[in-house]
Amino acid sequence: MLDLSQYESLGAALNAAVERWPEEICLIEADREEERGRLTYREFRDAAQGIAAGLQENGFGAGDRAAILMSNQSKWLISAYAIFYCGGVLVPLDYKLSAAEHAALAAHSKARVLIVEYPIWRALSQIDLSATRVETVVVTEAPAHAELGRAIRWEEFRGATKAEFRPRQRRNAACIVYSSGTGGRPKGCVLTHENYLEQCAAVAPLWPFWPGARYLSIIPTNHAIDFMGGFIMPFTGGGTVVHLRTLRPEYIREAFTRYKITYMAVVPLILKNLERGLRERFAALPPAKRQMLNALVRVNRAATRGRPRLWLSRLLLKDIHAAFGGELRALLVGGAFTEPKTLEFFHELGIQIANGYGCTEACTAITVNDLRPFRPDTLGKPVTGMQVRIVNPGADGVGEVAVRSKTVMSHYLDDPELTAETIVDGWLMTGDLGKIDASGHLRLLGRKKNMIVTAEGKNIYPEDIENVFEGLPLKEFCVFAANYLWPQRTMTGEQLVLVARVDPAHSLNGAMRSELERCNQRLLPYKRVSGYILWDQDFPRTASLKIKRNLLAEEIGRQLDRSAVQPL
Amino acid sequence: MKTLDQTTDEILGLAAQHFKIPREELAPGDDFYKKLKIDSLRALELITRLENHFGIELPDYEVQGVTDFRTLASRIQARL
Repeated sequence: MLDLSQYESLGAALNAAVERWPEEICLIEADREEERGRLTYREFRDAAQGIAAGLQENGFGAGDRAAILMSNQSKWLISAYAIFYCGGVLVPLDYKLSAAEHAALAAHSKARVLIVEYPIWRALSQIDLSATRVETVVVTEAPAHAELGRAIRWEEFRGATKAEFRPRQRRNAACIVYSSGTGGRPKGCVLTHENYLEQCAAVAPLWPFWPGARYLSIIPTNHAIDFMGGFIMPFTGGGTVVHLRTLRPEYIREAFTRYKITYMAVVPLILKNLERGLRERFAALPPAKRQMLNALVRVNRAATRGRPRLWLSRLLLKDIHAAFGGELRALLVGGAFTEPKTLEFFHELGIQIANGYGCTEACTAITVNDLRPFRPDTLGKPVTGMQVRIVNPGADGVGEVAVRSKTVMSHYLDDPELTAETIVDGWLMTGDLGKIDASGHLRLLGRKKNMIVTAEGKNIYPEDIENVFEGLPLKEFCVFAANYLWPQRTMTGEQLVLVARVDPAHSLNGAMRSELERCNQRLLPYKRVSGYILWDQDFPRTASLKIKRNLLAEEIGRQLDRSAVQPL
Repeated sequence: MKTLDQTTDEILGLAAQHFKIPREELAPGDDFYKKLKIDSLRALELITRLENHFGIELPDYEVQGVTDFRTLASRIQARL
């Protein structure tokens, strides 16, 4: 991989990559069974420079902002390189938001350019964009007959002159990334070139890329994990990024084997689905084969307890690894808390799960579990260059997790007040509660505000007890402190409430209620939920499918009162 | 060539059949997530069914953000 300490900006590092590996494939785009195209690093450079020339001819200069609003595809990364080539600041927006939210974030970011996919532009062009500063709109995938108004087709957006590279310095902003919190106050994390270069240099040795290594990109690229794992890391290592234009599970499975994928980033929900699918397949095996599988899993478990031995796991559990393409090195999981049980399931099969802790404000990864030894109960140790401390720990060692490193964002865009609350004396206050154990591993125990303190002085974190309700036939569920839903000025008598979204065909009948009670009984008495609420609407989620707890709590608080709680 | 109304009507019929609810309960302007009480994975299931019925391919990004039957019908109509 490139020695990133030599470069001042992401643009300069990408320039070096296209020079170093001109004939290697960097991008493959596929839709269902059909491969739409592949690009070498040289072709990628030529495509990006064409767009960069178009941008410069439209007056886009160093320090100007350009938003990308696209689902995962080659043009996303081509556009990003073009923006960096011009010295611009990239604003990656979440394509799953509504048109009104897109407009609000485009306005907040003060982007002058918008590069957008046609179906999204179709919705966006229907609403008032006068509050934004967008001057140039470039639309991809527009059908031949489509009326685009003032927008320009991607295919026609090429400058007549050669683009000029505009160097940037490490301290300059590279991206403005909107972290969770699209409701109300937008949190635009201003991340510098140094943030990205340092983060990439710290994590790339853990999951190295080389010409021929392939990353399957399914998490939206605006998300910090995919931007790092599916762009900066592979491109600074000469690797290939495979984009699938569909997220239907059958095509994802096929892509593993067709493209011999090396890495893929997933969110816990997807990992859980993979686990469920595999368990069903194992359960359907004839008894003799199943016994054989169990024996091999036991051997693999014993052999990999202290450290991974991928070659051995691939040999022992050949069919399972073959279903993942046979070349898979790791599934990078992030964005939300992953169940230890799920981590154990994959570890026993020899499929490495790179689990850790991170946040957009710290440019992705803060801690990572190195699997030496396998510890499903923690989020691992800080990655190189990352200082982690627990602020104001209680008697149990739990306090707010604070982080200091060269990867911590510069500030929240146009929000000095929130920045001052979040970065205190150079330490990023994460708002997450955790503790560090004797071996230096971080454990997380919840968020700062959604928690209760019992009469016995015990602190209970809803996320810590949610696991016990796993497996119930609930479509979605979440535990809240009742006082977080319906604020009260009291520190006593706090209770936990389970919010359950059930399948209409299974409204909470007697059997399910007993099952719920049985799960609750498994908790220590002071940790039990005191009641439940039935909720019939989809839980709001972020791009990485993390529940937007604050939004959900607000909505519940608005629509229901405490009398809706059914006691358990 | 089918009209948009005919396409919409066929979609409503197929959705009613697939999710086993009476056809008369569905209207073109309904939010299918709410009306059929389905999540995004089950919506993809409906779209796959519609693709097979109409003999077309509807890319995921074309239906991103679409929530009502009428808009879904117009996306399908454009590909017939």
